[in-house]
Amino acid sequence: MNQYPWWKNVFVGLIVLLGLIYALPNLYGDNPAVEIRAAHGAAVTHATLVQVQQMLARAQLPYKHIGRVGKGVQVRFARAGVQLRARDLISQKLGSGFRTALALAPADPAWLRALGARPMYLGLDLRGGVHFLLKVDMHTALHKALVEDARALRKALRRHHIRYREARLDKTGMIHLRFRDQAQVRAARRLMAQRFTDLALMSAPRHGLHAVLTRAAILSKRRYALEQNLTALRRRVNELGVAAPVIQQEGHSRIVVELPGVEDIARAKEILGRTATLEIHMVDGKDSVARAVASGPPPGTRVYHDRHGQPILLDRRVLYSGDDITNASTGVDPQSGQPVVNITLNGRGAAVNARVTRRSVGQRMAVVYVEVQSHLKRNDQGVPVRGPDGRRVRVTRKIEQVITAPVIREALGGNFQITGIGSVRQARNLALLLRAGALAAPVSIIAERTVGPSLGAANITRGFYATLFGFLAIAAFMAIYYRMFGFLAAVALASNVVLLVAVLSILQATLTLPGIAGIALTVGMAIDANVLIFERIREELRNKNTPQAAIATGFERAMGTIVDSNMTTLIAGLALFWLGSGSVRGFAITLCLGILTSLFSAILVTRALVNAVYGRRRRLAHLGI
Amino acid sequence: MEFFRISRDLPFMRYARTSVFLSLVLFVIAVAALVSRGLNLNVDFTGGTVIEVQFPKATSPSVVRRLLVTHHYAHARVENYGTASKVLIRLPTEATKSKALAVSVLRLITAHTPGASLRSVEYVGPEVGSELADQGALALLFVALGITIYLTLRFEWRFAVGAIIATIHDVVIVLGVFALFHISFSLTVLAAVLAVLGYSVNDTVVVFDRIRENFRRMRTGTTAEIIDSAITRTLSRTIMTHLLTQMMVLSMLFLGGPVLFGFALAMTVGIVVGTYGSVLVASPIVMWLGLTREDLVPRKSAASERP
Repeated sequence: MNQYPWWKNVFVGLIVLLGLIYALPNLYGDNPAVEIRAAHGAAVTHATLVQVQQMLARAQLPYKHIGRVGKGVQVRFARAGVQLRARDLISQKLGSGFRTALALAPADPAWLRALGARPMYLGLDLRGGVHFLLKVDMHTALHKALVEDARALRKALRRHHIRYREARLDKTGMIHLRFRDQAQVRAARRLMAQRFTDLALMSAPRHGLHAVLTRAAILSKRRYALEQNLTALRRRVNELGVAAPVIQQEGHSRIVVELPGVEDIARAKEILGRTATLEIHMVDGKDSVARAVASGPPPGTRVYHDRHGQPILLDRRVLYSGDDITNASTGVDPQSGQPVVNITLNGRGAAVNARVTRRSVGQRMAVVYVEVQSHLKRNDQGVPVRGPDGRRVRVTRKIEQVITAPVIREALGGNFQITGIGSVRQARNLALLLRAGALAAPVSIIAERTVGPSLGAANITRGFYATLFGFLAIAAFMAIYYRMFGFLAAVALASNVVLLVAVLSILQATLTLPGIAGIALTVGMAIDANVLIFERIREELRNKNTPQAAIATGFERAMGTIVDSNMTTLIAGLALFWLGSGSVRGFAITLCLGILTSLFSAILVTRALVNAVYGRRRRLAHLGI
Repeated sequence: MEFFRISRDLPFMRYARTSVFLSLVLFVIAVAALVSRGLNLNVDFTGGTVIEVQFPKATSPSVVRRLLVTHHYAHARVENYGTASKVLIRLPTEATKSKALAVSVLRLITAHTPGASLRSVEYVGPEVGSELADQGALALLFVALGITIYLTLRFEWRFAVGAIIATIHDVVIVLGVFALFHISFSLTVLAAVLAVLGYSVNDTVVVFDRIRENFRRMRTGTTAEIIDSAITRTLSRTIMTHLLTQMMVLSMLFLGGPVLFGFALAMTVGIVVGTYGSVLVASPIVMWLGLTREDLVPRKSAASERP
């Protein structure tokens, strides 16, 4: 008798059912959508939602659904054309207090989303868009850091009255120091061991010292440069309003940026290379802000606005800028328990800061966020305006916003804290903003790929049909060659595809064309397990075993072979995953997961089906194999 | 339905010398092709820029080439891609200094033929390219090593050696086909080659598994006879599986479009070569390496078996 215990049947059934549910969202595809968020992380109110509803109705722009998603509002549309027009309308009407972004919202029904079922993310080769591989210039980043270190070192030596004859940074990143006598060398060593732990020291002839960055310091500086660039790029891409962008680290010094749906490469490059920075000004406390707004600011000052739109009068002079900030992190003030942002300035910034704050205790200082944005000029219909030369006209605007204007409590130096920020989240945002201001190190594009949307769509269709026809051919052949068993194997094979797609969807893997090839290949290879089993069963039958015994032994005997043979393919898949990148990695993931799901479907699902058809019959004379 | 109802074992090992010699000839041709012609590495490995342009109607590559050459793109290589109205333009790395290259090439083309549109651009810097080539070679090496270790642990070193030689033979022939016919070798094709590696070993393992089982079950018979029996018994499965996988791969070859073409071709060749490689290369090597029953059935456990 070939019977699974009831729980095993339930288990197999349940897994396949779950697979169906989690694979289902992929059939629905995406809707173009517009997302609306408040400019500085606040929640969008219901009033805004109603306002958007009304403006869309008035402009006769049909939408499929409007609702809250997280803290923002999402409007879904049927077509991308309507989406673009709606975005322009909304961003224009709502004003600068809100950010609008284009997005792709999965179109699957709410109950599927409630279960956490989401479709796979389509790769650029299927969706169309731009892919950049950026390289962070670590050499420059390290050199910049060393220049700062050398400057700080000179200053510290002077402050401690250690006379040096030479303190020079060479091109290889080594600081050459020379002193008058050995006593000075020892003093310098002591100071540096305490204060400059980033530097490793070596003795040099003629009362000299050589200092280089320690390995740990190099690593941490590299990591810092990369992280800061990632943050900066992420911010920039967010500003771009691209749906589902990918910005991730690759290796030790590279960053991948994928912008789906973007076709204008020049514009994308411009955004990535764009500069946002910070400026520190003194607040003018003598003159009235109200009068400045009404009748123009007094000479040497200017009216700025904070994020709530409140005017504030600042001194025109920039004390120091974001370029002088080397680090910003969040912390908690041990006395008040309030969140603070710790800022580290470079030598120049520290010097200015010390000088200015010493004589300005009790006054306020303002941190201003400055960014130059450039975008296409569009007419009322949202169509880009073209200039006389036929090229699209761009308009640039400078955004300047006061982030915070704290009171100076004491003279500050290279390290200081900004307090009175409010919530921990705001503090974190501010630190991020300060870090994201400028790129820590220059980046260069070392690879780029653009895929037009029509090509992407064609790739999906091709991949889909290739897999479908291959599958049908295999299913038909199996059913003819192994009859009932072949038919059951084809059903199990279908469950394999469903399970694989489900697992990939749960993992939110990116589906690429090689990924589709991986799925197709898995289907072709998964059937191997069934063929092995069925050939064994036939052999057992030929050896005059009873049908029931043949089924049991066939499955059992084939098992070891199946595991061994799949293991080698798995090794290949893992190596591919480990060494590959991008789309090859996608292929490797599908291959590896496909092997696992195919083991499940070929062994358990097929067996459950065979049991259901033949397992109960006590006197089975003949097998359909 | 059943194709292979074979009652007696086929004497594969009697023809082992012939089959291995034929493989050797193919192998040498493949190596010669690789050495003399080299792989036609695409932009993924060499670096450079590839621009795919869709023209409104069929366009001759030579027209586009002439246009580009007269505008300072002397090294441009132009060919039709997929259909006659699609054109692929390749530019070597030296010409790629300007970042807005694709844009300026497209502007040149649209000025000449209005309605032409950009389908895709691929730019790979020289550094990335050579690195990918290194990684690819490394991946091949690691897979070979991993499989050897696995097979040594699960079977015996002779099997590992046999499997790895057969697999290298399969991979080299696949690469040889790409070199001989000058077919573009991309990163996706490399992925397929690695998949062939895994797949062809997979197949060898099935035969080996049966050889081991036969040694344990059949008390008599020479090594050659036992191997013949194992191959014959698994022949039906071997051919069926390859046929079925081949169906899927051919479906990709014909319907998958130009992007999947290289991938599917590598798999197609790999499956055909892998089929006979596992049967007619791996098994004779194991035999010649002097595999005996004692290597798989330890004397001790045989002695302790119940009478």
